[in-house]
Amino acid sequence: MLNQTPLQFYDRRALRINPCKTCQPVGALYAALGVHRCMPHSHGSQGCVSYHRTFLTRHFKEPAIAASSSFTEGASVFGGGANLKTSVKNIFDIYDPDIIAVHTTCLSETIGDDLNSYILDMTLSEGKLVVHCNTPSYVGSHITGFANMVAGFIRYLSLKSEEKSQKIGIFPGWINPGDIHELKRLVAVMGLESIILPDQSDVLDSPMTGTYSMYPEGGTTIDGIRALGSVKKVLALGPSCSFEPALAIKSKCAVETDLIEAPIGVVNTDNFICALSNLSGQGVPSELEAERGRLIDLMLDASQYFFNKKVAIYGDPDTVVGLCSLALELGLRPKYILTGTPGEAFVERINKNLDIYGAKEGVKVKASGDLFELHQWIKNERVDVLIGTSYGKQIAKAEDIPLVRLGFPILDRYGHSYQPIIGYRGAMRVAELIASALMDRIDRDCADEDLDVVM
Amino acid sequence: MDIKSAILSKYNAKVFKSRKDHILEIEADQTQSIAANTRAIPGIMTNRGCCYAGCKGVVVGPLKDTCVITHGPIGCGFYTWGTRRNKAKSADGRNFIQYCFSTDMQEPDIVFGGDKKLKAAIDEAVEIFKPKHVMICSTCPVGLIGDDIHAVAAAAEKEHGITCLAFSCEGYKGVSQSGGHHIANNGLMKKIIGADDQSPIGQYSVNLLGEYNIGGDGWETERILKKIGYHVVSVFTGDGSVEDISKSHRADLNLVQCHRSINYVAEMMLQAYGTNWLKVNFVGLKATIESLRNLAEFFGASELKDRTEEVISEEMALIEEDIARYRQRLTGRKAALFVGGSRSHHYQELLSDLGVETVLAGYEFAHRDDYEGREIINQIKEDADSKNIESLVIEKDKRYRAILTPERYEELKKSIGLEQYSGLMRQMKDGAWVVDDLNHFETEEFVKLLKPDIFFSGIKDKFIIQKSGLLSRQLHSYDYSGPYSGFKGAVIFARDLVMGLEAPAWKLVTPPWKKKKELLDA
Repeated sequence: MLNQTPLQFYDRRALRINPCKTCQPVGALYAALGVHRCMPHSHGSQGCVSYHRTFLTRHFKEPAIAASSSFTEGASVFGGGANLKTSVKNIFDIYDPDIIAVHTTCLSETIGDDLNSYILDMTLSEGKLVVHCNTPSYVGSHITGFANMVAGFIRYLSLKSEEKSQKIGIFPGWINPGDIHELKRLVAVMGLESIILPDQSDVLDSPMTGTYSMYPEGGTTIDGIRALGSVKKVLALGPSCSFEPALAIKSKCAVETDLIEAPIGVVNTDNFICALSNLSGQGVPSELEAERGRLIDLMLDASQYFFNKKVAIYGDPDTVVGLCSLALELGLRPKYILTGTPGEAFVERINKNLDIYGAKEGVKVKASGDLFELHQWIKNERVDVLIGTSYGKQIAKAEDIPLVRLGFPILDRYGHSYQPIIGYRGAMRVAELIASALMDRIDRDCADEDLDVVM
Repeated sequence: MDIKSAILSKYNAKVFKSRKDHILEIEADQTQSIAANTRAIPGIMTNRGCCYAGCKGVVVGPLKDTCVITHGPIGCGFYTWGTRRNKAKSADGRNFIQYCFSTDMQEPDIVFGGDKKLKAAIDEAVEIFKPKHVMICSTCPVGLIGDDIHAVAAAAEKEHGITCLAFSCEGYKGVSQSGGHHIANNGLMKKIIGADDQSPIGQYSVNLLGEYNIGGDGWETERILKKIGYHVVSVFTGDGSVEDISKSHRADLNLVQCHRSINYVAEMMLQAYGTNWLKVNFVGLKATIESLRNLAEFFGASELKDRTEEVISEEMALIEEDIARYRQRLTGRKAALFVGGSRSHHYQELLSDLGVETVLAGYEFAHRDDYEGREIINQIKEDADSKNIESLVIEKDKRYRAILTPERYEELKKSIGLEQYSGLMRQMKDGAWVVDDLNHFETEEFVKLLKPDIFFSGIKDKFIIQKSGLLSRQLHSYDYSGPYSGFKGAVIFARDLVMGLEAPAWKLVTPPWKKKKELLDA
């Protein structure tokens, strides 16, 4: 496996090998699926949306709907205005969504299609909407596309209001439906009402009933997006995913925003709960405190198995920052921290955390990296456990290192997207997964006489 | 209202007009014609992919000894990394298909041109991996900004002493993956096929064309062919290599499994080298047996024919009991098939072995000949989209050799259908439905109207169908199972169907309190 990956480094400037990111449009598609009765639409050649639907379906094991402008050579030369117009008509005629969320592709961006004017020129039926965002695949990553689509919804729909409601807004960032369910529970326990944008819960984890529904129960409603303009505050979780949306709601609707790390790990969840508590003006209910206490209890009980174990964490920036934080709290030693998404802010966020624990020495942190490089690092100095997406399984097999699958995409396991990694419960799950991976390894590798039934 | 009108009636006038000729009900005593290989309709959720997917994703991607660099932004390369289950093993442990290579184009590359980055990427690949062969596949923006990838490839060949082959397979070309297959076929023909005149070739030599070794199908087919005594010179392209394909022109016969994706190579090799081709199907028991017998007939040697019968008996003896058991549990079930270019045809044969009737079948990106048979090829009118895909003019190579006498050739055309393909429709029963480029809406409607027990399709509609309470199995990836080819593969396929249909959870879908209510309501 990966036999051709050499030990010695080579200063690559042009060749990307085994990427740890994908392109913007898939992020926009995922964000759009978190809006109720929304049809995501890819303005480009149909191959893009075929790949994106495939990838999301493989991760969630759920239908991921989206349409395409199906560019041919002609449209690529003369512009895709006619294709978009036809698409919008056909989508409303046949699939009857309430809203179409268009994102661009490298194709339509390169030819310079002006989506704003195309959409302004459209005559839509009463109550039907078309919004868009620009997602050039040659800028940023799928995370950038996610952020751009959320900001696109806000720019088109959120309404400024002098009167503020009692509700709060939450930009959850790119997390799984299981995380959003947990997010909603936490907000409810804290006695608050919220509008979450986007919200893929009950969309990409819809129950099996024997009846397929193109637009399941879940998703942020259009009214909800409008009302985001009048919430008393927005908590924007994870700077990589939520900075752009926070900027959009601030500039369009003058809504106050707090940009904090995603609630992954104890301290990040504490910060999130404190922010909720400030907003509710109420204390933290005892049930939540007990939940937190149980998590800390588990962390202490199992701490000897975490202590000083070297870990490589890779994936999307907000997720990796959170997981790195949790790793430090568990007593693990982050050794390699990598994201494929560009942006040096990632390195600063990780380093800040490493500094707190005095754990910066010998650690490699990289944005805009790839899994080929991560593998080379590991070949030079190995780690005890890998944490990240399915594509790390090649490295895990090549180097015989346990892999804990977390993040996007996970294409080779079932059920992961139903379970949270956020909040205290999520941290408990991650801690259990990591501990089990490490302890299974001890059992596998030890001599017969050393096999302990009690650990 | 009949089924076709019921479905089409929900469309607006323009969509109605575009779709009406893509749907037909088989009338066994009629010569029927279907529209295919035309543009997908913007906004309609088609399952089709693009030209790049056909070229890089299908044909070029599986080559294990080649560093295939996607020239474009990161997505396209990423999505074709290890996702098609093309299995490959290499003797020296060097296997490029575990890797994803991309130029990961950024905004400045789009603005100022990406050819410099492409050149640098090749240099780096050569330095790090020392490949003998590099291929470049372009994505949409490359064609638009006009990067001359062919010039970069030519320069790289000179500089590094490698084979470097570029494919202009931008996603917007053609109407589906199909254009990409053709472009890939052209590239292999121009540059790779015919490059090696030295390596030894055994007796009864064949190439296996259009076998991508998904789930290990190619290995199972090769096992049987070798057992009989054939020399499989090369496979296009599952577990394939440039090294093997370079000597493919010296094989006696081309076996064509997937007609759509590789028929161009078969035809071009016939013209250039005189290599005859035979349409085979190693999916299904009767189909495999017939293919093996036709193959033996082509060579005509009695030792080969005898050995073929021996192997068939041996292999059948191993599986007969299992097949009979599964057949009993599957007989009477109805299936719908919607796959890419040939499987919707091939799997009807295997299903029929198992007593399952096909009520609906269609291709994602086929041409009319895949439905109606090759004899209608000259009736297909060229349009703006098909004209954009180059058709090579092939001249007779100096190494041309015809191994059949003209009389024998005519005889074999009749007896084994040499160089013919009769298409999917003739296989199907009266009253069954054929739908080209079946889309999401039509899938849902046909499921309701025809009520199949199993729907074979791909990942994008798998869960749509499954959520409707119907078993859906992927025939692109085999739902991570396989091989499904040959004799042993048939058993695995049958087991997977029974396993899917009899999964205990189907009976748990409705909770007891709802069942009770339904009873009371009744």
